[in-house]
Amino acid sequence: MNSVEIAVVGAGPAGLSAALAAARQGATVALIERDERLGGQLIKQTHKFFGSGRQEAGTRGFVIARRLAAAVEEEPGIEVRLASTVLGYYSDKVLYLETPDGLSRLRAERTIMATGAAERMLPFAGNDRPGVYGAGAVQTLMNVHGVRPGKRVLMVGAGNIGLIVSYQLLQARVEVAAVVEAAPFIGGYLVHAAKIRRAGVPILTGHSVKEAVGEREVQGAVVWRLDEKWHPLPGTEEPVDCDVICLATGLTPLSELMWQAGCKMVYLPELGGHVAWHDEDMRTTVEDVYVAGDSSGVEEASAAMVGGRLAGLCAAASLGHDRGVADKKAAAREELAALRAGPTGERIRTGLAGLRKAGGLG
Amino acid sequence: MRIIDHPILEFNKGRPVRFTFEGRELVGHEGEPIAAALHAAGVRVLRVSPRLHRPRGFFCAIGNCSSCLMVVDGTPNVRVCAEPLHEGMRVERQEGHGEIR
Amino acid sequence: MSGKATGPSDALRRSGAPDEADLARVRPDTSRLAGGPAAVLECFQRIPCDPCASSCRRGAIAPFADINDLPALDRGKCNGCGLCVARCPGLAIFVVDETFGPDEALIKMAYEFLPLPAKDQVVSALDREGRVVGRGRVVRVLKPRTREETAVVWVAVPKNLAWVARNIKVEEDRHG
Repeated sequence: MNSVEIAVVGAGPAGLSAALAAARQGATVALIERDERLGGQLIKQTHKFFGSGRQEAGTRGFVIARRLAAAVEEEPGIEVRLASTVLGYYSDKVLYLETPDGLSRLRAERTIMATGAAERMLPFAGNDRPGVYGAGAVQTLMNVHGVRPGKRVLMVGAGNIGLIVSYQLLQARVEVAAVVEAAPFIGGYLVHAAKIRRAGVPILTGHSVKEAVGEREVQGAVVWRLDEKWHPLPGTEEPVDCDVICLATGLTPLSELMWQAGCKMVYLPELGGHVAWHDEDMRTTVEDVYVAGDSSGVEEASAAMVGGRLAGLCAAASLGHDRGVADKKAAAREELAALRAGPTGERIRTGLAGLRKAGGLG
Repeated sequence: MRIIDHPILEFNKGRPVRFTFEGRELVGHEGEPIAAALHAAGVRVLRVSPRLHRPRGFFCAIGNCSSCLMVVDGTPNVRVCAEPLHEGMRVERQEGHGEIR
Repeated sequence: MSGKATGPSDALRRSGAPDEADLARVRPDTSRLAGGPAAVLECFQRIPCDPCASSCRRGAIAPFADINDLPALDRGKCNGCGLCVARCPGLAIFVVDETFGPDEALIKMAYEFLPLPAKDQVVSALDREGRVVGRGRVVRVLKPRTREETAVVWVAVPKNLAWVARNIKVEEDRHG
């Protein structure tokens, strides 16, 4: 059986950053990714990132992915395993992998789970019709594979993802009929909202989708108004001409592997749902397992990169690779605190307070 | 449905390859997901659900959700959003759970 | 200091388009506008973002104490060059020059769509809600060195649209 000091599961922004930080401390790392390429969901982000210059603010997401992937490939301490899915984690520190060459096992002294998040579904009539797509799927189809999802899209959700994907649709010359948002206010950054407004896309806050229209595929939608308690107001229905309904109604951590590994899970809605309980070093209740990125709490990718770096540093330090680690950890924590300090970080702060109440975060 | 020019992105597609969907010949690009090639050809209904026989397309496009299971070269339950396209593939809509032959 | 300024208006939070109160906070005074091109930072919400500060070679945008602060612009130091326009990740910075011509004002704006307009092309001028409000004349197109950077388009508009026009629509078929 192969063995390695640190296994990192998932090569998105958090996993790439974790692998780099751990390897730069001197640990041997296996970076395991189920897709055929590195970068996770970063590869389809065409907008410029926010954050500070230290987190590559002002650089487009797919460019950051390219840079991180190149750094990983140049790092001799990291062995990359693409098209490989981790099926399970067992108490003798063994990961079971499904690879292009069949099943294999890998023993890892520490495992960092950076498995990302999945799109949330929204209940409405016809939500299973072809043409109802997750926002991530629309981005993948359009920005990775160069295929338009349709001619005219109704976007559901005015968080950052809904706003950003609307803008990307316009860039790909797809019409956006409207953005509907159940909440009374836009949840994403207002600069993203302003960009699509200037291009003529209406944002209907206090609205939701009632149903998809179309016998076999989406051929339209009906939207309606909601009251302040998010209850629909019958009689306010309006038809929308569209062939795609794009759901940007939030993400939930992909935490199956943490459940299976036996990590204590905590339900924190502000962090997207069930997340593995973890301390200030990103360590879970299963001593040798760490978490990072969206799977430790859904947040912006800039924070996922810093969180991944922190997990990589801590996992490496726990194996004796602790050169200069105190200062590096302090710097990462300071960056995270700064990213979460403003009004837009309130949700994350509330979620982390819940985690702290559950005894987490040290 | 394909994006020819884009303000930010460049698409380096594989060579064109032929494949069949329900016996009809289509052209896609080597290595792109089967679902992307089908979508570019205007095919959105990928399977029919087992119990209520409702048409289904893809939903997540990253191999997560199992909405896009199709029969590829006789093998059922292939997640076509993640499965790369190759020359000569035979792609069929899946009815229900699919049969392992 | 600016970080403690009033938050975005409810109108902006509901619709995505700033209202008069939002705009009044970022609009330079008449004497500054009479002095030539001026950057207008239509950035109304505290978010973790600071690239504008380091984009300015004249140091007109103060370094951020907290990356969530709103940008603080020293209008005396700003000469309206527009370097910050292409750097702002939110595409929220415009340069307005009311001294451009007797009847026209010049607006420098980021533009990330295809086709890019050509110099001297006549385009539709759009307001902050995407409505066509008049015509604009393209004066200059700063194409980025790579696709990953942002193009900046200089558009001359009638003076009465200096505070209204914030986007353009380029017709694909040019008929003159």
